Amino acid sequence: MSQPTQQEEFLAEHSHPRPPGASFEPEAKGLSQGQIVRKRFLGHSGAIAGLFIFVFIFLLAFTSVGWAGIPGWWKYDHLDVSPLVNDGVPTASLWLPAWGEHPFGQDRIGRDLFAMTMRGAQQSITIMVLIGTIAGLLGTVIGGLSGYFRGWVEAVLMRITDVIIIIPVLLLAAVVAQTVNRRDQGGWFSGFAASNGILILGIFLGLVSWVGLARLMRGEFLTLREREFVDAARISGASNARIIFKHILPNAIGVLIVNVTLTMSAAILLETALSYLGVGVKSPDTSLGLLISQNQEAFSTRPWLFWFPGLFIVLICLSINFIGDGLRDAFDPRQKKFNAKKAKDTKTGGEPEKAPAAAADGSAGD
Amino acid sequence: MVTYIVRRLITAALILLGASFLVYLLTASSGDPLEEFRASSAANKQQLMDARSELLDLDTPAPLRYFKWLGGAAKCLVPFGGSCDLGKNIAGQPITEALGFALVQTLTLVTGATVLAILIGIALGIITALRQYSALDYGVTFMAFLFFSLPIFWVAVLLKEYGAIGFNDFLRNPEIPLPVALVIGAVAGVIVAVAVGGVARRRLVSGGIVFLAASLILIYFSVVQWFRNPGLGPVVIAIAGVGIAFAVTVLVAGLKNKRALQSSLIVVVLGVVAYFAVQPLLNEATALMIVLLGIATIGVGVGTGYLMGGYDRGQSMRAAGITAFLVGGLILMDRFMQAWPSYFNNSRVRGRPIATIGAGTPNIQGDFWVLSLDTFTHLILPTMALILVSLASYTRFTRSSMLEIMNMDYIRTARAKGLSERSVVMGHAFRNALIPIATIVAFDIGALIGGAVITETVFSVRGMGFLFLDGIMHTDPNPVMGVFVCVAVTAMVFNLIADLAYSALDPRVRIKA
Repeated sequence: MSQPTQQEEFLAEHSHPRPPGASFEPEAKGLSQGQIVRKRFLGHSGAIAGLFIFVFIFLLAFTSVGWAGIPGWWKYDHLDVSPLVNDGVPTASLWLPAWGEHPFGQDRIGRDLFAMTMRGAQQSITIMVLIGTIAGLLGTVIGGLSGYFRGWVEAVLMRITDVIIIIPVLLLAAVVAQTVNRRDQGGWFSGFAASNGILILGIFLGLVSWVGLARLMRGEFLTLREREFVDAARISGASNARIIFKHILPNAIGVLIVNVTLTMSAAILLETALSYLGVGVKSPDTSLGLLISQNQEAFSTRPWLFWFPGLFIVLICLSINFIGDGLRDAFDPRQKKFNAKKAKDTKTGGEPEKAPAAAADGSAGD
Repeated sequence: MVTYIVRRLITAALILLGASFLVYLLTASSGDPLEEFRASSAANKQQLMDARSELLDLDTPAPLRYFKWLGGAAKCLVPFGGSCDLGKNIAGQPITEALGFALVQTLTLVTGATVLAILIGIALGIITALRQYSALDYGVTFMAFLFFSLPIFWVAVLLKEYGAIGFNDFLRNPEIPLPVALVIGAVAGVIVAVAVGGVARRRLVSGGIVFLAASLILIYFSVVQWFRNPGLGPVVIAIAGVGIAFAVTVLVAGLKNKRALQSSLIVVVLGVVAYFAVQPLLNEATALMIVLLGIATIGVGVGTGYLMGGYDRGQSMRAAGITAFLVGGLILMDRFMQAWPSYFNNSRVRGRPIATIGAGTPNIQGDFWVLSLDTFTHLILPTMALILVSLASYTRFTRSSMLEIMNMDYIRTARAKGLSERSVVMGHAFRNALIPIATIVAFDIGALIGGAVITETVFSVRGMGFLFLDGIMHTDPNPVMGVFVCVAVTAMVFNLIADLAYSALDPRVRIKA
């Protein structure tokens, strides 16, 4: 949780308002914005690799052990205990590609680590999607409303944001975890929570992680509503709803998508960290963070119990980060402008540099 | 300006009130503080429950208890009143006392890590921005993304296994086999070859030199058992000092400024002389003395620069001052290395110096050097873990900030004027790129004291995060509130400082009163 997020970086990149008339590269000619974005995204090899890895992990996790009652193709469940094969050493090997009985090995009592890891990856992906969706929706609505309407709406909403942003996530997670644990007290909520701990956790975390996005969207709306095309729309009699949905939102969608992606990659680490601290997912259910926390003592005797869940956390998070980076490059028209080599060549009499964007002329300090 | 600050402070106070009320209610409702007694079969069960209810004032409903707590906390606002009352924790210890202890622990843990992460991160960011789309840039970018994606507890366990247990085993018999030395040398050579840039020939030559040097040094270390009895000695300090003098001068003044180079070199000579002079003094060292010596060292450096003068006196002073500071650091490091064998053979350490948990070896005895070494060996793993996970964001941030600046018109103007690449980068671009970085650094310092919950848990440091987590686990609102108020107040103050700093550094930004 102490990890600074990429959002900070993104915020900084956008701390200067985008200069009006930022120059597009020649490739922009004759293409719609969607086409440009798609083309650039597909040209970003890191993002494509990330996308492939993520889709692969997604399919592997959700088809292998099944999800929501649908059985999967893998023979074990994350709760099944089977006799120890070869003292639980992983049977998969890379030299002679083999899968074996327990590809990732078994833990001390004989549960299959592949099934547990897949279950954990499912949990991580579920939480990530939940947090991304909820935080994205709430952040857009609240940030958009306060940025567009200003006045008392903005004052109230932004003060609420300020209050929520300083309440520690760990505390909220602990409260949720306690609620989930009180199974005996009846009531539909605790009943639901007891059987769907992961959903409740995801929803709650989503309800607190929209604040950064809301601030960002507010800033975006504040800049966009002053632009000429919004004035033009207003003069021609467009309603507020039309201006917001047809004119402002499509222009802010890039910032939104990129930051939802980054929130999602932070969400995975958040869930694993909370599970590690014992306030996230609780056993008998499992998650990647919980697996590491349970098995770190056994590192010297059964290192695989530690390697595989960690590997999956890193892989999921890394692929999401690369997708986010690709999206950022794709949506940001200012990318790929400065090139030190080119600048140097220009100095020694090469081809004259293309006119860069006008200097950003001051941002409102508030 | 004053109106702005006052308005910000009032808003902050109101936000703090609202948030603290919520936090109190959430903590109080998160569980049952009597739970451990309910299940117990002790004979005095009822008595224990009554005692705890009394201690935590459980008969009062939580919202009212909050206002009682607020009444006590409000006394903290009276300066020098000494009547600060944040309540007691579940063990009956006053929170103010617990907070004081925890704050020291957390600050020792995170300060070094944050400073190092900022320095290394900014340096890497600038280099990658100047070499955009080179192999180095791609490599660092990939590493940055990888570090972004690493869960810190996972890194911590790996560090414990290989950094502590593995390294301690290695120290028992510090011999580096020849193939290992060659491989490490080759890796260093490849990194340098990638980092140097330029034509292939230059890369190959520098990579080859580094490969040879690194391998030979490792073989030498292995032969003389350097890791058991480390030390630099005056010769190494002199050679490294000359290198530092050149590097600092290149960055600060450029080699064309002969006077700056001469002052730096003079400082190095002074440093080597001082090495012999201060040895007896250092044997009696205290923390205060080291700080004073450090200030004196910088003073000598700056003074030398002043006397040497040159066409730009400021540059000479800066170059000599920085060189003096770094050479002083080398001398200090050498003294620490001299103390290493006595620390290593200490009866409490027993030849396993790198610790995996805690903030110090219990009951260790020794002089200043041994005690400091003990703190260092306990800090090294958490510091590395924290640096790894926070390095990435500084690197990426500096890179994007720097790229944006390099695209500005005034940079082109500076180039057109015929300024050297050094002064374009260091004088025009870097200074302006620092503006957004300064605000992020201020934010991070604000978040510093509450930030390392997981690191503290993994390394069993009883800091702020531990206090907070412990309070949550026992449904004890007072420590949670204590930590929360500390963290929130620092965060808010530093956010304000960040905004003010931005407007002070960047005249284009004006604060609306």
